[in-house]
Amino acid sequence: MVLSVNNVSVSLERSRIVDGIDCHLKAGELLMLLGPNGAGKSTLLKAISGDLPYGGSVTLSGQELGQWHPERLARQRAVMPQRVEVNFPLTVEEVVQLGRPRTAPGSGKRVLDELMNELDITHLRHRLVPGLSGGEQQRLQLARVLAQIIDSPGDRLLLLDECTSALDPAHQQMVLDLVRRLAKDEGFAVLAVVHDLNLAAQFADRLLVMKAGRLVHEGSARDVLTPELLETVYGFTARVVELEEGYPMVVPRRRGRSSAYTAPLNPSCRQAS
Amino acid sequence: MIRDAAGRLGFAPSLVVALLAATLVALVSITSGAYPLALGDILSVIIGREASDPVASMVLLEVRMPRFLLGFLVGAVLAVSGALLQGLFRNPLADPGLIGVSAGASLAAIAVIVLGNTWLGGWLAMTGEWALPIAAFLGGSCTVLLAWRIANRSGQTAVATLLLAGIAINAVAGAATGLLTFYANDEELRSLTFWTMGSLGHAGWDDLLVGAPFMLLALLAAPWLARPLDAFLLGESVVGHLGYRTDTVKKAAILVVGLGVGAAVAVSGLIGFVGLVVPHLVRQLLGASHRVVLPLSALVGGTLLVAADSLARVVVAPAELPIGLMMALIGGPFFLALLLRTKVI
Repeated sequence: MVLSVNNVSVSLERSRIVDGIDCHLKAGELLMLLGPNGAGKSTLLKAISGDLPYGGSVTLSGQELGQWHPERLARQRAVMPQRVEVNFPLTVEEVVQLGRPRTAPGSGKRVLDELMNELDITHLRHRLVPGLSGGEQQRLQLARVLAQIIDSPGDRLLLLDECTSALDPAHQQMVLDLVRRLAKDEGFAVLAVVHDLNLAAQFADRLLVMKAGRLVHEGSARDVLTPELLETVYGFTARVVELEEGYPMVVPRRRGRSSAYTAPLNPSCRQAS
Repeated sequence: MIRDAAGRLGFAPSLVVALLAATLVALVSITSGAYPLALGDILSVIIGREASDPVASMVLLEVRMPRFLLGFLVGAVLAVSGALLQGLFRNPLADPGLIGVSAGASLAAIAVIVLGNTWLGGWLAMTGEWALPIAAFLGGSCTVLLAWRIANRSGQTAVATLLLAGIAINAVAGAATGLLTFYANDEELRSLTFWTMGSLGHAGWDDLLVGAPFMLLALLAAPWLARPLDAFLLGESVVGHLGYRTDTVKKAAILVVGLGVGAAVAVSGLIGFVGLVVPHLVRQLLGASHRVVLPLSALVGGTLLVAADSLARVVVAPAELPIGLMMALIGGPFFLALLLRTKVI
């Protein structure tokens, strides 16, 4: 088991944001974490990333996180936060190089070039980061994060917090396809927080659903993405269509004309029409 | 090629240009002043021969050399401290002056001057001739820590809070300094003015002996922080993800700044703008990587301060303008021009 999360809880300012989560991740597995805003997904990810103190136990390759030497841990675990803001005039190439650990062998130039190519940022390599679009910055950050563990020996854990939120559909497919390939071909264990249910259905091996700090469901896309669960967890009604490609697709139902959103605010308007 | 693919100046050519500029400014600074020296005199003293003019040799060895060395060190330390703080806070506005470090260091030094014979007698007895630099160092470190604590309560550096905390710290330190000035006698007042406006006028080998070890230590320690500080530019949590001990890096940077700025203030008083302007200029020309910013800031900062000091000696000769005043006169308009020209800070 690459990652074992056992009974992990996180409290922030006296309220419990993550409450007794268990999850396990094997090498080569792509696990996606779903749930409404405020469910505690990012907080759980931050605990596993070492950004927040937690109760319970998190082990990487069987060793408790706190017992890892920071430099060695950085060769096995890479984290892509939800947002990385760069205000200083660093170039794209410099930022990707920052991801490369000091302990990695060689200059890594070939690896970095390949990563920039995969993420379609090679043409931006000499541009300054503050001038890039949100999507370009997101691809850059993923390249930096991957540079950290791409050629490490041993177990590798990749933690992604909404890594496609700023990307256009083509780049979303490109990025998640790369992440899936890294899991299947390179044996990365990947835990990714996502909001897009259909991307989750398309790419994940397994889905975890959180609500109010707890794990409420776990399973394949077909098990998890049901109209009933979407109704109870997210509070919206949707159809779930089975696609020829072999995974389900969620189609939200449009609200009727009588819904609060479409009704005129002022009753006199309704009379006039 | 002078410029790289990103349109920035290359590190090696810039280093050469900066070294040449430093040498030129050094020669100008050493030869100019109330007693003009010829290059020939300098050469003969350097190669160990008696100069034709014994006064020239004395002026060179006892006045100009220590003053140049001290000025260069102070400028280098202030610029490097500015670069460190800007990296640590991820904010190009951070500067030892703005967040109150210099004011804290200066307050501690002034307290030693004014209260040395009364309340702080024990401190003087304990530290001897090191009383001033150590006090300034402690004052500087405490204020960095205070500003850091205040701005970091939520776990992330709140930039606005940091600057507001700096304003408050500056105000309190200013008031306390005012109070001490009020109680100071005439002789103490004269040395106080030196602190508040900054001066290299008294620079001698004694000052150098006391301040240089601290400043050299700060300058030599700074390069170790270059890589982790680059990671800081991506955000504090990223530093930990990349395998650095975030807290150790922060504390080391604060210690280096407190050490360097404390010693710089101890020997030269309050000199603003170097810490703000120099790293900013270097980043505009060469990019933001600290492996480039730190060494070049040191060179440019030292050169700039020595140049300003030479100018301060010449413009109202035989009197001297305080160097702090001169720096603000040059640095202020220059910084404004830089701001008007640039899009990305």
